[in-house]
Amino acid sequence: MSESTPTTTVAEERTVSGVSIRLEGVTKRYPGQDVPAVDTVDLDIPAGQTVMFVGPSGCGKTTLLKMLNRLIEPSGGKIFLGDEDVTGQDPDTLRRRIGYVIQAGGLFPHMTVGTNIGLVPGMLGWDKKRIAERTDELLDLVGLDPDVYRDRYPKELSGGQQQRVGVARALAADPPVLLMDEPFGAVDPITRQRLQDELLRIQEELGKTIVFVTHDFDEAVKLGDKIVVFDVGARVVQYDTPEAILAEPAEDYVADFVGAGATLKQLTLARVSDTELHTPVTATVGEASAAVVARAEEAGERYVVVVDGRGRPVSWPSVAELSRTTSVPGGRDERLPVVGLRSTLNDALDAMLAASQGGVVVTGRRDTVAGVLVVEQVMAAIQSTRSEVRG
Amino acid sequence: MWQYLVDRRELIAFQAYQHVSLVVQCVVLATVLAVGLAVLAYRSPRITGLANGVSAIGLTIPSFALLGLLLAPFGFGITPAVVAVVFYAALPVLRNAVVGLAGVDQSLVESARGIGMSRLATLWRVELPLAWPVILAGVRVSTQMVMGIAAVAAYVLGPGLGSLIFSGLSRLGGANALNATLVGTIAIVLLALVLDVVLVGIGRLTTSRGIRV
Repeated sequence: MSESTPTTTVAEERTVSGVSIRLEGVTKRYPGQDVPAVDTVDLDIPAGQTVMFVGPSGCGKTTLLKMLNRLIEPSGGKIFLGDEDVTGQDPDTLRRRIGYVIQAGGLFPHMTVGTNIGLVPGMLGWDKKRIAERTDELLDLVGLDPDVYRDRYPKELSGGQQQRVGVARALAADPPVLLMDEPFGAVDPITRQRLQDELLRIQEELGKTIVFVTHDFDEAVKLGDKIVVFDVGARVVQYDTPEAILAEPAEDYVADFVGAGATLKQLTLARVSDTELHTPVTATVGEASAAVVARAEEAGERYVVVVDGRGRPVSWPSVAELSRTTSVPGGRDERLPVVGLRSTLNDALDAMLAASQGGVVVTGRRDTVAGVLVVEQVMAAIQSTRSEVRG
Repeated sequence: MWQYLVDRRELIAFQAYQHVSLVVQCVVLATVLAVGLAVLAYRSPRITGLANGVSAIGLTIPSFALLGLLLAPFGFGITPAVVAVVFYAALPVLRNAVVGLAGVDQSLVESARGIGMSRLATLWRVELPLAWPVILAGVRVSTQMVMGIAAVAAYVLGPGLGSLIFSGLSRLGGANALNATLVGTIAIVLLALVLDVVLVGIGRLTTSRGIRV
């Protein structure tokens, strides 16, 4: 963490490096329009929390987000970062303190991944060595090997990888606040679920104040500590935790927006980390197979999770398969089902179904193995949640 | 004709050098002017339309006529030649620069602003590099075109291979008249090809690998 980190306090055992955001009567009126696009919004966003802006398109949620870093100038009202009134501050200076992520990452195609990430530190006058170190650190944080990806160009990356680099770039100068404007809108569902897991994991580690615009209510429930539901003119209809919004929608409008399956959506609130994970027998690539097989048999396990040198899972062979080899093979199983600790049980089930496997490897900090989850556990958890919801 | 070439190789080489020098310098000046104008113009659709109109109409003015008109304010010599060549060279570059800058993905511009780049830094580090391949295509068209126009500039006693062509044409039927005209014309075509190859090379060197097609 660099020295720009303003506060580090422990709240609910979570690191907080963000600052609070306060909006007072923020308004945006476009010339020639009778109704303001954003009408006197008051909002308090606590430090270190992820707050999701949801609402129908055209409700002004994106306009409100862009007023936070003054890509759109407010016509009235005040914006505070911490206790500092930033409404009159030079926008360029302000934006270097606020990370900004847009759809597809908004990477500059003519610059390498490393250059893209180093842009903001460069503008802040960091020296080259420090920028290079920070770039590698961030690539590592978002789960991309620095030696492989640093000198690549964005077009040589998949959509999901580009989005990760976009997040890394936004975090480069360690800003206390991160603004995300529908960042995962353009990727396929499986990649989106992985990116969401990744964001949850990073946020667990860093504790930034994140404001995240989405039109996907499931995404809001999964990622948000709190959700703001907007109506036209950025009217705040309800601002509460996902649980509370699902349980007691403030108005019919919210109930409609949340959708009829709200009781079932409670299921998406259950996290992988809430269930008891099974600790698997692990083996490092290159280890002698005989020793691993012996270890697994002693533990009474039929499968072994193979990890690379940094503890990240690469494959999940059976003991029988392993006993036919002399040393543990390093081949990466591209279809290996993996979810993060903060993933929902629905995600875990999806991953199993997509890979046609009866279990899923769960990863924690820096994508290292935290345990495995099998389909029976998920079913049991869903059963109990359903009976709770009914009861 | 071979004998003619050998006899006057020094004169021809000198005129070829002058010709290329005139074209290169004028194209460089025209590129700077045109990109500068495009930067001022591309944000406003009205001015963009105007710029495109000017470059389309400008190209229809016969170069011979323009040179004749320029004689009045500038007299004979290098000045009217340079003015005319820069004028024609600027038009394709202007058009391409406006199109190139306007074609830069607006979400990238917003992304640049969003991470705290100033207006000028965004132009310099994002918009111009992304528009560069299109601008350079304009420069190539310009260079080819003004190689020919520079020859006409000999009419106002400008430098270059045009004087060979004009002196040949003026005494057609006389000794070596056809040789002079042919040598001048062929040399211009060859030099134009060489310059184009050089520009392609410059394009490869100055275009980021990330946006090369």
